[in-house]
Amino acid sequence: MKTLLVAEYRDGQLLNSTYELVAFAEQLGAESAMFLVGVENCLPAYNGTLYLADAGKYCEFNPAVHKQLLLDVIAKEQPDTVVFAHSSYGWDLAPRVSLALNAAHVSEVVDIVDGVPVAPVCNAKLRRDVKAKTGQVVLTLQGGAFGLEDEPSGTPTVVQVDTDTAAQIEFCGYEEAEAGGVDLTKAEVIVSAGRGIGKPENLAIVEGLAKALGGEYGASRPVVDSEWADHSRQVGTTGQTVSPKLYVACGISGAIQHLAGMKKSEFVVAINTDKDAPIGEVADVLVVADLKEFVPMLTEKINSL
Amino acid sequence: MKILVCIKQVPDMESKFKLNAEGNWYDNSDLAWRMNEYDEYAVEQAVQLKEQVADSDLTVLSIGPDRVKEMMKKALAMGCERGAHIADDDFFKKDPYEIASVIAEYAKDKGFDLIFTGMQSQDRGSAQVGVLVAELLGLPSITTIVDFAFDGGQITAKRELEGGIKSIIKATAPALVTCQLGLNTPRYPTLPNIMKAKRKELLSIPVAELLKVEGKQETAKLYFPEKKGGGLVLEGDAGDLADQLIKILKDKTAVLA
Repeated sequence: MKTLLVAEYRDGQLLNSTYELVAFAEQLGAESAMFLVGVENCLPAYNGTLYLADAGKYCEFNPAVHKQLLLDVIAKEQPDTVVFAHSSYGWDLAPRVSLALNAAHVSEVVDIVDGVPVAPVCNAKLRRDVKAKTGQVVLTLQGGAFGLEDEPSGTPTVVQVDTDTAAQIEFCGYEEAEAGGVDLTKAEVIVSAGRGIGKPENLAIVEGLAKALGGEYGASRPVVDSEWADHSRQVGTTGQTVSPKLYVACGISGAIQHLAGMKKSEFVVAINTDKDAPIGEVADVLVVADLKEFVPMLTEKINSL
Repeated sequence: MKILVCIKQVPDMESKFKLNAEGNWYDNSDLAWRMNEYDEYAVEQAVQLKEQVADSDLTVLSIGPDRVKEMMKKALAMGCERGAHIADDDFFKKDPYEIASVIAEYAKDKGFDLIFTGMQSQDRGSAQVGVLVAELLGLPSITTIVDFAFDGGQITAKRELEGGIKSIIKATAPALVTCQLGLNTPRYPTLPNIMKAKRKELLSIPVAELLKVEGKQETAKLYFPEKKGGGLVLEGDAGDLADQLIKILKDKTAVLA
């Protein structure tokens, strides 16, 4: 089997997801080549052919142009699978490429079992085996699903690629995350509030437990989107990635994006009314209870220790 | 200006799911249905654009069985003018390419200036359909937007990237955008608007009239993931649970030491 790995470069850096693609190819024992719109002084540690398009010339985010550069490489390499990270770059570019190739496209692959891609359904409560009906297949891989055991090493053989395709959109730069607010990555204890808190007033319950445990409070995306908590408090893919000694998830169902931000915590307690919530997958202890009743009681008992 | 917003009905994610008899999807009975969360933001943004640009016309489209019309009425009550219901009882067997092809077939000769979709659905989460619709129609698309502005045919949007960073993208209409959570604050339909929505056009079109392609993939099997590790599950009286948890925290962590 032959794979083409689509690496990612952004804002002066090669993204780590690149090595998850390498891990994927290694796990499958597949022959691989790599494609990158990047710069020559920032190349991946990789032994193989790297088709490199200059990010200075073609812009690091430019879907129509990247699509054409990639299609030209695919025509040359004839890979069986074209693999992207399931990221803001990958899920944007992959459908454009799969349509042009007339190839099946399986998103957010978490595993490959006997050659069959497995993808999550309904917030990872369910999984499905996906049967592709085309020869060529495009995959996007869920972040963290495939990881290298060793430090990446190697030096690629660079093949410069070019195109004269016109852009469809204009990339006008980045807006950094707002500075200020709390730095959750430094907290030893984080007690996070999810949608299960029900209303903004109940955030105080979660904050109370965080104080009692000498930690900070965090929040899941819906709580931040509802403006009940500041964005600096958000744990997950688009917020902070944390690894405290203790993480207490209150009323958080456990969307994949949230789990990605906290699953490296040393000890995880989940408080949820739904015994089957995906957060249970990463929790050392799942307390099946209504947080509005349970957490104040727990806080009081801890405060009187 | 002509605007289209595409929405999907999904089960409440808190539901207790069961598998269907074929074992290739979840059982559709006994589920509470709602509008895909991402699509609520898409509808709100489409309605805001309609309100901003004079003489706009906003169509809401959804594919699915008869029950999706209930959800479409919510979109009409939020401010969409007309509904196009693509009637399809087998919607869950279709792959993103087939779904996108049906939408593109509907939209191709209608001259939409702007198309809104959610960035993904909560059940399948493929994040493909919006981009595919744009590609099939030959339109530029901007995915995962958390900010949207429109001025004289020019779109300025912010895409959400990993780690809290955003990128700023400009495109010219006609175009398609896929909406991320937090893009805006979706409005609640008011009672007068709910009453008005009942009189708005809501046409059903059989999917066979629009489906001209074959799928490229299928769900071979749907199943519950194996429970890994199996953390301790505590159930019972809240006071007892608190005592048990404190004992565990003392034994297993240093935070109460």
